[in-house]
Amino acid sequence: MRFRLTEDQVALRAGVREVLVRCFGAERLRDAVDAGGVLDRGLWRELGAAGFFSLCLPEAKGGVGLGVPEAVVVFEEAGRALLPGPLVATHLAAGRVPGAATGEAVVTAVGGGGLVEWLDDADVVVGSVEGAVALRSVDPLTPLHRVPGADPAARLDDLFVLLTAAEQVGTAVRACEAAVQHARTREQFGRPVGAFQAVKHLCAELLVRVEVARVAVYAAAVTVDPVDIAAARLLADEAAVRGARDSLQVHGGSGFTWEADVHLCLKRAWVRAERGGSITESEELLAGELLVEAS
Amino acid sequence: MDLAYSPEEEAFRARLREWLAKTLPSLPPKPSPDDWPGRRAYDLGWQRTLYDAGYGEVHWDASPTTRLIFLEETEKAGAPYVGAGFVGLLHAGPTIAAEGTAEQRARWLPPILRGEEVWCQGFSEPDAGSDLASLRTRARRDGDVYVVNGSKLWTSHAEVADWCELLVRTDAEAPKHRGISWLAMPMDAPGVTVRPLRTLAGSTEFAEVFLDDVRVPVANRVGAENDGWRVTMVTLSFERGTAFVGEVVACRRVLAEVAREARANGAWDDSGVRRRLGRANAEFRALWRLTQWNVSEGEASGGVRGASGGVPGVGGSVFKLRYSRARQELFEVAAEILGPDALDLGRGWVLDRLSSLSYTIAAGTSEIQRNIVGERILGLPKG
Repeated sequence: MRFRLTEDQVALRAGVREVLVRCFGAERLRDAVDAGGVLDRGLWRELGAAGFFSLCLPEAKGGVGLGVPEAVVVFEEAGRALLPGPLVATHLAAGRVPGAATGEAVVTAVGGGGLVEWLDDADVVVGSVEGAVALRSVDPLTPLHRVPGADPAARLDDLFVLLTAAEQVGTAVRACEAAVQHARTREQFGRPVGAFQAVKHLCAELLVRVEVARVAVYAAAVTVDPVDIAAARLLADEAAVRGARDSLQVHGGSGFTWEADVHLCLKRAWVRAERGGSITESEELLAGELLVEAS
Repeated sequence: MDLAYSPEEEAFRARLREWLAKTLPSLPPKPSPDDWPGRRAYDLGWQRTLYDAGYGEVHWDASPTTRLIFLEETEKAGAPYVGAGFVGLLHAGPTIAAEGTAEQRARWLPPILRGEEVWCQGFSEPDAGSDLASLRTRARRDGDVYVVNGSKLWTSHAEVADWCELLVRTDAEAPKHRGISWLAMPMDAPGVTVRPLRTLAGSTEFAEVFLDDVRVPVANRVGAENDGWRVTMVTLSFERGTAFVGEVVACRRVLAEVAREARANGAWDDSGVRRRLGRANAEFRALWRLTQWNVSEGEASGGVRGASGGVPGVGGSVFKLRYSRARQELFEVAAEILGPDALDLGRGWVLDRLSSLSYTIAAGTSEIQRNIVGERILGLPKG
């Protein structure tokens, strides 16, 4: 048992982080927010060229030929960068939808709650979007439509849920890093606010939730077991949503402004929690499994 | 990332499983929780059984992964846990193995492994619990002995212990973290008085220990004089890092039993109950993965053999914070499912619910653990 990142996986993480800093750093993020949810086709092709969508496609089909654990590492970084777009749907469409693997095509899919992200920008949609109604999306970087009458209990692809959870972990990491950075530098009463236990403990809990969610997501990536995936998404949703809220609290008044990135973390985390499907259903799956184990 | 065990590790697991199946049925019945001499004999007897079968050193010599398998399999099979051997096998032993001299290792380690001697922990004091370094028990040098005066609190197993891992102040003038030394004190030395303490669970797990001119040979000091704080950090990292592995496995079993009880008594029909059970399942699955992760990390960082597979890092604090809360939550769910039966001390899980209250306090409170995570992992300034 070697349940840790391999050297290759560590290198992959570093490489992806570097690419994302270059093609979607802090300034590009703010530009994207100002642009108001318009998909950047240039960025999409850049991601395609970097192998972002063809990661798990066999080499014989022009892909990188890596596995689910590597995809999880990459999507965690995407979540950390708050990279916008229907990344998971396009990734899963590589090899099935022409152009998806290279970033020429934008593919979206009907997710949890009948929500569809980036419908107006997508070239291909997985699932029926008949009668889809545009919402005023809470997340400035995720335009949303809703399909009326979509079956709320429709079973989502496990990989779709898992990669969404990986993105949540990355966003939780970003929220934690931002909180810690702020707590180290912002001074009140003559010292950094991170010296106060009330603030320090918020930061510590942010990290604890990240670490727990991350191992759950990594383990699920190795086993690809539906129960493991259900557990991973619950913990990842908690880490991202609760983490962003606590990070906002640590930022104090500045955290409540449009200029701070914290609200972007929180809103994206909310969108992904819905995209991952019914939370109750995940909990029920995990509860039912206890009886199976007990018998 | 890989969750598969090697053929050698799987062979170890199979051999152990077979041995447990053969050995456990002939174990004597467990003594009652308050029968301390009985518990001592039972726990030492189990350690001796392990030793005779070649598993006595599993906490020391085995690779961290092998040790993980050992704890997983013994717990699954319902084998006894370390019990009264806890401090010796999991704290004092590993500390002496890592920091002791050859003579000290030869004197103290074999009896621990053979199940002959019990250790207790003399760290906390009435005015030095979470602020451990402000301990006041003094040791005055008199030739080749230390003369020790003071008192200790929350000393588990003190009633039946042969030895105490004792923290004393050897330099009252030094800054509080610097003037401390780590001593091995014989519990039968003149001047040692043990007074059992009753916990809120009604049991006598702990004791107060009074030390009145107790003479401890200087040769019993582990590590340099006044360097005891560093030695203590080694001890505490074992305590926080690896001591709960078997318990996570046990909690997963209890959780399944609680679910079965819920279905039997109708509580299962409440979707709120099912959702809480589902959450708890996610929680303990993740804690098990975190354990596997920490063990893999420990193994990769070159776990020192003979020292419980290396000194676990501050990651132990992350684990302990989450685990102690999860354990309390588990028995809260159990209580909800039991309903009025949760008020009956004769009912299973009720004592567990009470004793779970100590988990966010013992071995460093959750508040202290959050300080450790905040300062030592996240690099936030000290308050």
